[in-house]
Amino acid sequence: MLSKRLIACLDVRDGQLAKSIRFVDTKDIGDPVAKAREYYLDGLDELVFYDITASSEKRRIILDVVEAVAEQVFIPLSVGGGVRSVADATDLRLAGAEKINVNTAAVERPALIAECAEAIGSQNVVLSMDIRNVGVAPDFPSGYEIVVRGGRTPTGIDALAWTRDGERLGAGELVVNSIDADGTRNGYELRLTRAISEAVRIPVIASGGAGVPDHLYDVLTEGKADAALVASMVHYGDYSVSGLKRHLDARGVKMRMSW
Amino acid sequence: MTTAVIVDYDAGNLRSVQRACAEVGIAAVITSDPARVRRADRVIFPGVGAAGSAMRSLRARGLDHALVDVMRGGTPVLGICLGLQISLDHSEENDQHTLGLIAGEVRRFTLSDPALKVPHMGWNAVRVVRPHPLLAHVEPGDEFYFVHAYYPVPEDERTVRAVADYEGHFCCALGVGNYFATQFHPEKSGRVGLRLIENFARWDGRDA
Repeated sequence: MLSKRLIACLDVRDGQLAKSIRFVDTKDIGDPVAKAREYYLDGLDELVFYDITASSEKRRIILDVVEAVAEQVFIPLSVGGGVRSVADATDLRLAGAEKINVNTAAVERPALIAECAEAIGSQNVVLSMDIRNVGVAPDFPSGYEIVVRGGRTPTGIDALAWTRDGERLGAGELVVNSIDADGTRNGYELRLTRAISEAVRIPVIASGGAGVPDHLYDVLTEGKADAALVASMVHYGDYSVSGLKRHLDARGVKMRMSW
Repeated sequence: MTTAVIVDYDAGNLRSVQRACAEVGIAAVITSDPARVRRADRVIFPGVGAAGSAMRSLRARGLDHALVDVMRGGTPVLGICLGLQISLDHSEENDQHTLGLIAGEVRRFTLSDPALKVPHMGWNAVRVVRPHPLLAHVEPGDEFYFVHAYYPVPEDERTVRAVADYEGHFCCALGVGNYFATQFHPEKSGRVGLRLIENFARWDGRDA
């Protein structure tokens, strides 16, 4: 049987590692290439880079980062942030990314998902979604809304409806990022993650809110996620990748335990 | 320095395989030139994508014949993922007649448990059922990275070297003579995957 995956997310701004708190404050916390290598050697199952570079002139930097990481990290590598076209996706793939994350541009132009799936294979297209709890309303039967542009802009789109559209258009995997939970360290949004996991047949990666190891346990069991994404928990040295995996393994979650 | 060629037939990104080779000391050249493939010390035949378009592009470049020749000539060959699948006779994907280097066929996963997803994507344990030099380092419980919706079913059970479990066991590594191939991606499987590629670098092309 497949193991559950532990994924670390590295937000990269102008080539430096950054960690946002509720998408607002960001501060640099080091060299993404060194961090990636450290996590890989400590048993990480997959890496995600998110390019949060504000200016388009500096976009080239992320390609260099991906290239440097791909030379020394031999696990699947996923990259997102600012992917607006098949050409963007192809550039990142050539630099060494396995999977490409699309987010805002896919909401603005859903055909992007199908185009990327056609060009690089459905299994390599990850639809990343930033979602907030708005309460059940006529426009939001699930009670959750898709937001874009780093969580700042509401779209009026129901999260569960978008999830199904994404799967139909050819996304191979979903990232469910709760912007209410992100950076709080109070735990993942279990109800949301579970609702999405049950609505689709593609893997779901839970994101946003992890603070203690049991939060990962909760989302991989009760939340029915296939993978748990962490950032600040490991970036500041509070927890190690291997320590988190040992904790989950000890609680009976199937994890890859030799590396 | 060990050298190898990586067969390029427009089937996915081959640079990750090339980078993994570099990491274990293999100087690997990516090529679509059949003459270059025929001359190679070692051949790596990777690939992701669909069987139909892969076969078309192999034939268009004359690489199908080159692969048959290197198989017969005893050159060590390492197939990966789609490379393994199109080495068999037939694939359910696009109902495609494939290279026929190894007797057998490729089937799509049909799973009864709705919680199991297709493609089979992620890390899964690989269990060696018949020892092979390329799997000499694999310990019980070691996991490799998989991404695929179809799986190989070789005709001769003795060619199956390792299996993985996804609602039943399927062949995830096969070996016959100078040919060895994996359904998983050794280039994305961390240290155990790199070790497999390193074993390939030292392999003389005999399976005992």
